[in-house]
Amino acid sequence: MISGGVHPLSFKRLSRNFPIQEFLQPERVVLPLSQHTGAAATPVVKKGDEVVQGQLIGQANGFVSSCLHASISGRVSSVDYCYLPSGRRSLAITIENDGSNRRIETISRDWRSLASEQLVEGVRQAGIVGMGGAAFPTHVKLSLPPGRRAELVILNGCECEPFLTCDERVLREETAGVVEGLQIICRAVGTGKATVALEGDKDGLDEIVRPYLKKLEPELKVELKILPERYPQGSEKQLIEAVTGRQVPSGKLPIDVGCLVFNVQTALAIKQAVTEGWPLVQRVLTLGGLVEKPSNLRVAIGTPVEAILNFCQVKLDGRKRLVMGGPMMGQALPETSLPVLKGTSGLLVLGPREGFSEEAPCIRCGRCLQACPMRLAPAEIGRQARLGNWEGCRQLYVNDCIECGCCAYVCPSRLPLVAWFKWAKAELREKKTA
Amino acid sequence: MEKLPLLSPAPHLHSSETTGQVMWTVVLALLPAAAGSIFFFGLRALKIMAVTVVTCLVTEAASQAVFHRPVRVKDGSAVVTGLLLSFVLPPRLPLWMAALGGFSAIFLVKELFGGLGYNIFNPALAARAILLASFPVEMTRFYPPFQTGVDAVSGATPLTAVKEHLAGPLPSLKEMFLGVRAGCLGETSVLLLLLGAALLLARRIITWHIPLAYLATVAVLSAIFRQNVAFQLLAGGLILGAFFMATDYVTSPLTSRGKLIFGIGCGIITVLIRMQGGYPEGVCYAILFMNMLVPMIDRLTYPVRYGAVLPEKKSSGQA
Repeated sequence: MISGGVHPLSFKRLSRNFPIQEFLQPERVVLPLSQHTGAAATPVVKKGDEVVQGQLIGQANGFVSSCLHASISGRVSSVDYCYLPSGRRSLAITIENDGSNRRIETISRDWRSLASEQLVEGVRQAGIVGMGGAAFPTHVKLSLPPGRRAELVILNGCECEPFLTCDERVLREETAGVVEGLQIICRAVGTGKATVALEGDKDGLDEIVRPYLKKLEPELKVELKILPERYPQGSEKQLIEAVTGRQVPSGKLPIDVGCLVFNVQTALAIKQAVTEGWPLVQRVLTLGGLVEKPSNLRVAIGTPVEAILNFCQVKLDGRKRLVMGGPMMGQALPETSLPVLKGTSGLLVLGPREGFSEEAPCIRCGRCLQACPMRLAPAEIGRQARLGNWEGCRQLYVNDCIECGCCAYVCPSRLPLVAWFKWAKAELREKKTA
Repeated sequence: MEKLPLLSPAPHLHSSETTGQVMWTVVLALLPAAAGSIFFFGLRALKIMAVTVVTCLVTEAASQAVFHRPVRVKDGSAVVTGLLLSFVLPPRLPLWMAALGGFSAIFLVKELFGGLGYNIFNPALAARAILLASFPVEMTRFYPPFQTGVDAVSGATPLTAVKEHLAGPLPSLKEMFLGVRAGCLGETSVLLLLLGAALLLARRIITWHIPLAYLATVAVLSAIFRQNVAFQLLAGGLILGAFFMATDYVTSPLTSRGKLIFGIGCGIITVLIRMQGGYPEGVCYAILFMNMLVPMIDRLTYPVRYGAVLPEKKSSGQA
């Protein structure tokens, strides 16, 4: 059980019952070299080069970085800066589709014959990052720091953000692949214990998954846990608390309490990387909200959002908001040419809404304290942030905030609490480096 | 490329509850007791309520305009203050004094301190304290219910009667529960107040922590002082104070533990004033006193944050 949290309407039944559709050949893809946590990748192609699907186009720059591959075949039309949904800028490689659908040779190998290091290297070369949204390079997670032992691997199928059902669909349709990915992860980190965590609302999914898990015994002991619905249970720290009762100490990593958490689609990507040598060039995302046919789509990484909207015949009227990710933590997009990234789990069309109110007073109702899953005091941090007292924010542990949005969700004064906390964190980071 | 509306930060979903809704729900919860007060004390009660509410609204709008703050009287917080203030005034207070009270509550106690969310003291209670200090005679002249004429005879509140060892029968516990007794406008009918309190609890506008801690403390201490516990709970402004005054968001602690401490503190001071102090009733000053301690209580009761445990302690707990 996590503490705090909220329970918004899930809207999941709008899209959960339709099979995954494919939209893999957009006219063009835009592939930012920095769509993961860590250093940007270095481009290894230049304007005019011909590339095929799966070909390496960006080399990881250091350990905490990630490789990037062409998600369609075609000609590189530019290597130039583009904006990311976060508002940052990144160098990006644009590829115009030549329609030939050529791709790199895949291989077929048995992961059981490979050593841990080889597995991790396979994951690294495939450019896999956490696909739940944080986009942390997966090979880094799989490389345990010296002295640390992974005790439990948690497969995160919570998908606690409203509207999103892509992980659920992937787990339903590609159960074998996901479970094999989980096996590979456990082998790579050397543990025989895993948990598959689902939230209570995924009707019947547990019955589909359970037989696959049974088959893994006794080599790998996997428990299937159905957790009560609660946002933000899919957050790494909260999920660890819900599954094991342990808390990741402030400023530490999950591995410090012996846990590693992987998203469903990350596991599938790991399986494809290790057994087929196939890099991360596609993902499944949920198109939802105010659209006629909410659906789950398998798209090429780098597909511009507008191409997806056209493909699904979604019309925006200039007032509706477009959000990349889930409604609680996703980013509102300034325009529709931005590309889908490795960590993009949803594309939501939401109605216009009364904005946040910077001027409204906090009435100290305390709802945010009840809702905060990190058990911070958002009202007080907000008060300090409003005064520009960043040091005061730090003393109230603003850096422990996971930006889940629960406080702002429940705030009756509609204060943009999370936006303030992000600001405070950025100011504190700057001060630290200065 | 399509143009999209102005960016808004995450989260993009919201619970439907707004500050205005919260305040108007409190107003709704006060209406049964307001109606009861008109029933017991006649149209005079309605006049006082109207005067305080209107003065509060006008003062709020005027001071927000003067201080160049956004005028947000629509959020209903001034109506809550006005109603609550009228509830702690005696039925035949001259109307201009009631108006002065409304002005004091909003201007002196609330807006001068920064407006909604920044005031230290409960505006209605602080205004009552100001009026009591300014007009000690008028503020302590009470009348039994159902006396509407000019020749009405004043009568003591039950607590005063006990304190002063006055002769004459006290109202029965049943009468006190229903509200058939002398007292301030809105404090007399425990039944109607509890009706409103039930609404606030059911709609989760308030939590049980403060009222329960407050009432339980009064009950226990009254027993220790060898008083009639039921009488002490029903008398004075305790029910009104415990459910509607001490639970004021702005002037009470944020955390559940803090709310318990706050309620217990209110209870202790209330009983001490009733038993040992110079006044028959202590609810008003008890809450005002505890209001001052709120920042300190908050600071001492912040929840233990996730991951605050020492790593060594944590890892030893691994099985």
